[in-house]
This record gives sequence, C-alpha cells and structure tokens, in this order.
Amino acid sequence: MIRRKLEENFFRILMALATILVAGSFFLIVGTIFYKGIPSMSWDMISKVPGGGFYIGKEGGVLNAIIGSLYVAGGATGLGLLISIPVAIYMNMYLGGKNIIANGLRIAFDVLFGIPSIVYGAFGFFIMVYFGIRASLLGGILAVTLLVIPILVRTLDEVIQTVPKELRDASLSLGATRWEMAKVVLRQIRPGIFTAILLSFGRAIGDVASVLFTAGFSDNIPTSLHQPAATLPLAIFFQLGSPVAEVQGRAYASALILTIIVLIITILSSVLSKRLSKNIK
Amino acid sequence: MTNNPHISIQHLNVFAGDQRILKDISINIPNKKVISIIGPSGCGKTTLLKCFNRLLDDTPDIKVTGKVLVDGENIYDPKAEVTHIRKKMGLLSQRPYPLPMSIYDNVAYGPRIHGTRKKVDLDKIVETQLKATGLWNEVKDRLNAPATRLSIGQQQRLCLARGLAVEPEIILGDESTSALDPVSTSIIEDLFIKLKEQYTIVLVTHILRQARRVSDYIIFVYMGKIIEFGPTEELLLNPQEELTKEYVKGFIS
Amino acid sequence: MTITKIKLYNYCNAYNHYNQIMSFRLLKDKAYSKLMLVFTSLSVSIVLFIGIGLYCKSLPVLHKSSWGSLLTSSEWKPLKGLFGFFPFIMGTLWVTAISILIALPLCLLTSFYITEYAPNRIRKILVPFVNLLSGIPPVIFGVWGVLFIIPLIQDHIAPHFVEFSTGYSVLAGGIVLAVMIFPLIVSIVCEVLNTIPGELKDASLALGATKWETIRKVSVRKATPGIVAAVVLAISRAFGETIAVLMVCGNNPVVPHSIFDPGYPLPALIANNYGEMMSIPLYDSALMFAALLLFIIILLFNIISRLILARVERKLAV
Repeated sequence: MIRRKLEENFFRILMALATILVAGSFFLIVGTIFYKGIPSMSWDMISKVPGGGFYIGKEGGVLNAIIGSLYVAGGATGLGLLISIPVAIYMNMYLGGKNIIANGLRIAFDVLFGIPSIVYGAFGFFIMVYFGIRASLLGGILAVTLLVIPILVRTLDEVIQTVPKELRDASLSLGATRWEMAKVVLRQIRPGIFTAILLSFGRAIGDVASVLFTAGFSDNIPTSLHQPAATLPLAIFFQLGSPVAEVQGRAYASALILTIIVLIITILSSVLSKRLSKNIK
Repeated sequence: MTNNPHISIQHLNVFAGDQRILKDISINIPNKKVISIIGPSGCGKTTLLKCFNRLLDDTPDIKVTGKVLVDGENIYDPKAEVTHIRKKMGLLSQRPYPLPMSIYDNVAYGPRIHGTRKKVDLDKIVETQLKATGLWNEVKDRLNAPATRLSIGQQQRLCLARGLAVEPEIILGDESTSALDPVSTSIIEDLFIKLKEQYTIVLVTHILRQARRVSDYIIFVYMGKIIEFGPTEELLLNPQEELTKEYVKGFIS
Repeated sequence: MTITKIKLYNYCNAYNHYNQIMSFRLLKDKAYSKLMLVFTSLSVSIVLFIGIGLYCKSLPVLHKSSWGSLLTSSEWKPLKGLFGFFPFIMGTLWVTAISILIALPLCLLTSFYITEYAPNRIRKILVPFVNLLSGIPPVIFGVWGVLFIIPLIQDHIAPHFVEFSTGYSVLAGGIVLAVMIFPLIVSIVCEVLNTIPGELKDASLALGATKWETIRKVSVRKATPGIVAAVVLAISRAFGETIAVLMVCGNNPVVPHSIFDPGYPLPALIANNYGEMMSIPLYDSALMFAALLLFIIILLFNIISRLILARVERKLAV
C-alpha cells in the first residue's frame, strides 16, 4: 500500500517536472534570445540596409533581410492561397469530404507537410536550373510556396469541415451549384482563412533551408522578382558565422527581430482560431 | 433495515459549477440486498452512484459535500485512502469496457495491483470468478485471447468477473444491461440475484420491470432529490408520494 | 398572331432564357470543377515530381558508384569523385536517436500530466506554450543552441566524461532537436490520450488501481499505436531538420563514436555545400542523391505514421 502510494507520488512529481521542462524550454529559448539580442538591438538594425563594411562590424542594419523575408513569405502565402483554396474546396465540396479519395488526399498532404524544407529547397533549385532561373526573389517564393501549400490546404480543409453541413445543404437545396455553394462557404470561413494565412506566413518567414539555394542573398532591397533577396533567417545564419563580435551581436539582434515577428504571428493566429471556434459554437 | 446499514449517506450534496445536482441526500443502504435507484434520465442517479466510490474526484468543477459511510468509515474523509475504498466496490458500467489486454489479464488485473503475484493464486482467482459469472465454460480454451473478441454480453460478464476478483463487498451497476441483448440481460439479472448472498448490490436503472425483477428495495430519485425509498413491491404497487405514483404509472419519464 | 400564341412565345422565350442561364451556371460549375481537379492533382503530385526530379539529378553519381557503395563507404573526397555517405548517415542516425531518447520520455510524462493530472486552469496555460514552441523557427533554435546548449556541454557536461570537447557535438544537435520535436510529440500523444474513453479509466480506478497504475497499464496500452505514430513522425522530422542541427553539430565528416563527437548529418551536408556544388563535377549530383535519400526515408516514415494515425482515428469513429 505504502509502496504504491510512493510510486504514485514519485511519478506525479516526475510528470510535473517533465511538464515544467517542456513548457519551460519555450521561456528558456525566448529568454536567451532576448537576453543576448537586446544589447545589440538598435534603431539602425531595423531601419537601414547593410552599409560598407557591415560584415566586419561597421554600420548598417538588416532592413534588406526583413523586407526580403516579408516579400518571400507574403508572396509564397499569396501564391499558396491561390492554389490551396481551390484544392480545399475541391476536396470538401466536389469529392464530398469524407470518402476514400478525400481522405487519401488528406494523408497525401500530411505527408507533403512532413517533407523537410531542405528537400523542397533542393527540388526548387533543380527546377530553377532546369528553367534557367537564377537565385532570386521569384525562386525563393516558388520554393517556399511548395512548402506552405500543405499547411494551407490542411488548415483550410479543417476549417471548411467545421461549417455545419446544414448550411451547405440549405444552399444546395435552393438550387445553387456546388461552385455557388463554395462561395457561400468561403464567406463563412473568412476568419479561418486568416488563421491559415498566419500559420503559413509564420512557417514561411522562419524557414532557411528552402530559401538557401533559391532566393540567394543581397545587401539591397529587391526591386524586382528577378533580383536576389536576403531573408532574415539566412542573415542570422551568416552573421552568426562571423568571427567579429559585433557582427555576432547583430545576429542575436536579428534573431530577436525574427522571434518577435513570429511570436506576434503565432499569438495572433491562436487568438483568431479561438474566436473562430467560439463563433461556430 | 436501518439496524445494519452497509452504506450510510448523510447530507450529501453535489455541485457542478454553481448548480446543485444532488440535494441533501440522506439514506441507509442495507447489507446484502439488491437496491435499485430509479428515476427519469438526468435526475442524478448515476451521479449518486459515482459518489459511492468517489469516481467524481477527477471530474473537473464537481464538488461533493456531506458524508458517505461505508462500514462506518467516512469515505470523503480527507485522510481516507481512495484506492482502498474503491477496492471495496465493483463497478459495472453502461457498456462493457474490457481493458486492452487478454481475458485472463482482465480478471487478474485487480488482484495483481493489490499484490497477488503467484501464478497459482491468480489462476485460481480467474477460474473462480469466471465460473461465478458463468463465463468459464465459454472462454476456458482461449483465456489469452484479447477480451475485445468476446461478444458484448460476454464482455459485460467479464467486467463483472473482473470487479469480483478484487473481493469487493459492494457491486455498483450503472444501467449495466442497457447495451445488452435480452438473453445477456437476463443472464446478468440472474447473476445479480445470485450474488446478493455475498454482496450488497446497488443498481441504477430506468427499466421499472428490471428493478422489480431483481431488487429488494427501490430508491426513487427526481430532480436531484430522493423522493421515496422502500421495499420494491410496496413502492411500486402502493407509492406514498404523488411523484412516485406518476413515475410508476409512466407519466414522467 | 393570336394572343395565346404570343403568350406561348413569351413563355418559350422565358424558358429558353432560363435554360441559358441554367446551362451557363452548370457550365461554370463544371469548368471550376475541372480547374480545381487540375490544381489538386498537381499539388498532390509534387511528391512524385520531387522524387523523379531528385532521382534524375542523382543518376550521374549512381552511374559511377552503386547504391551499396554510396551508402556504406566512408570515403568523402569530392575532388577525387569519391562520395561515401556512411559518415553522414551515421551522423543523422546519432542525432536523431539522441533527440528521441531525450524527447520521448519527457513528452510522454508531460502528455500524461496534461491530460490526466493538470487542473483545467493549468492546462489552459500549458497548451498555448506548447503551441508557441512549435511556432519558433529552426534558425532561432540554432541560435539558442549556440548560445545556451554549446556552453552548457562544453563547460558543465562534457568535462565529467571526456578530456576536451568544444561543445559542438551530436549531443548538442540531439538536445536542440529534442526541444524542436517536443510540441509535435506532445500534441499528438495528448490528442490520442484524450480519445480514450473515461469509462475505461474508471473501470481500472474502480478496481482500486492508482492513477499512475491506470496510465501505465491501461492508457499507455490503448494509446500505443498513436504513440508509435508520433515517434515515427518525430523521427522523420528530426531526420530532415537542417539549419538548427547544422549550427550546433560540428559538421565533421567522420562517423561519431561518442555523444561528444561532432557529427555531420545529411541535411547539413546539403545546406553547407550548395555554394561549391556547381564547380566540382558530380558534386551536385551527389548532393541531390543525399536529398533523394532523405526524401525516400522521410516519405516512408511519414506514410507509415499517417496511416497508423488515420487507423486510430477510424477505430475511434466506429
């Protein structure tokens, strides 16, 4: 009896400790980034592009990378939406949502979601070489689009499934075609689409391996799709590799910028999806 | 009958959030009898049953006040050992929930937890309890098969055997036959009648005929209150309260 | 024309008009349907395109050496045209194994705590943090690894076991990866645990089992397929993770022999050498082969785990 009670208490404590460690690792990471990033943070960092000698510690900022990242993530999310909204609608409205083909497609997109970004990057690079596109904003956007399509499709798919079947039936029984019904459903899930956009944007802005080959790097803000573009994660990676202490400090500051952007996006999306689930209830 | 109560409930209240779902329940449950709790659905009869072995402990937002004395010991005493209390009572739920293991391991689960390790002892317990529930001849050749392969009726009897294996004093049945076919139902009912020689049995049911067939006493619960408590025939044929009369006649359901 | 005829004519006209609108709407519906079908099939067949594309690009190196020698040779001399992937495969395996060994017990305990023990109030606080963790980009994990884990290993862990370590090691990679896969495992295992019927746990509790005994003997058993799926998915995630591991792993193309040795996982190899790959013959093909290898392994693992999860879900739906 006592032994069993001890065992119960021992594991209860162990579980609580594990939970503290797992949930606490978030604070550890964000804390470390803030602690190291804040001393090197300055207005210049987010308002200037790298000046001459930036990489040996002279002045400038990472505006080029911030803007580049926003371009890449925004472009990829936009392009991804254009593709994935029809796909999600097709799965749910035209294939009926819950049959073998639709479920097979779901598994396929889940599998696509699992493919690492480095493979998308390598594949994107292969395509670019094939078509003679050089490392550029366009290349980056294309590779990242591949990366975010599965996220967008599955999120939209789940949102569409929350639309009550009665609503769809009501619209169909009024004589609407499936496409007209899809438009009704799309209006219904607008907040869900925002959640999907945020999720995709968050993933896109933080990814390195897919843009490494495809977007290139540049100290200037790109003015056309065919120019190479810097991205924030890549900027962090390059600066961290520098032996100069100031440049390393800037890497931490850049990491801080990226962390803040991503945290805002994540929190926003979870607030949105909470509101969405309340609406449906 | 109040001379020797097995379970004595005193001023029991159950709150779910701000709602009171059981209101000042006080009752004495006699030893080695079958007692049925009847009442319309949602009246709190299952909640009352779950109070008996503190299964509400882990339900969020539920608060229990009052006393439940089992053999004179208050089980809601903060110092009371909950696993010890639960061991005293076997629970038979609405649908059979065999544990995800073999038939043998299902019955041996309880004894193993409570410290029986020897194979010989376990074998004996398994055989005794499977015989007690009339399952032995049906399963003795496939004791190592997963319990989920049995029919629903067999699974329910297995769950009963599993409960009996920890040598309880009380059996709690929560509409235990509602998922079963008529044949399995009557087997289980006969088992209850047979088992009351050794156990106090408390059943929740919404089937009046069943309450009449198996029980010695009936408790009628309505809107979280005990309306009437009495010997089966008396309560069913000559109810004292207006509400009981209406329920027995089928006006309230 | 008589009045009736005019009426009839009008009717017909209206009917025709109605028909025209109707057929136009149906046509539109059909057109959109076809278009969406094309989109859907295209996006799903990305898997196929990637497989074929990478395979085609790896053909040159495959012509020169066999699969067997590429996978088992330790000679990595791109300038001489020798491509032995064994050290990289071992690097990947070491890092992945370490990360799973760290993450799995912690995540199981955490999931049990969240689903069975934590009061509602605490659960509501905990779950968002797991979500936030999953949103942090890999490169941030890498920076954290460099700033926190590397010094920790170098100054506090390694000195107890080996004479000298820079901290850049497969252990560092494993720890960083473990933290990265926390949210993945916790969310899947919690989901699976939540689907176990309460009555089943009640049955065990009613027999006098403690909560921990119920978890260990009933919940874990019931959740095993889901846990397996989560682990397989986590492995495939760990396999493919690039930048965070690359930053802390040391990147030395030698088979590691202890957790304090540096390693060089496959994704890091690809990412680190993209610059030179066009200048050395066969190098690009060899790197594409590495990508193909990753792709095949991860594809298989993903399919397996997704099928298990789909089955778990279906079973519960019945």
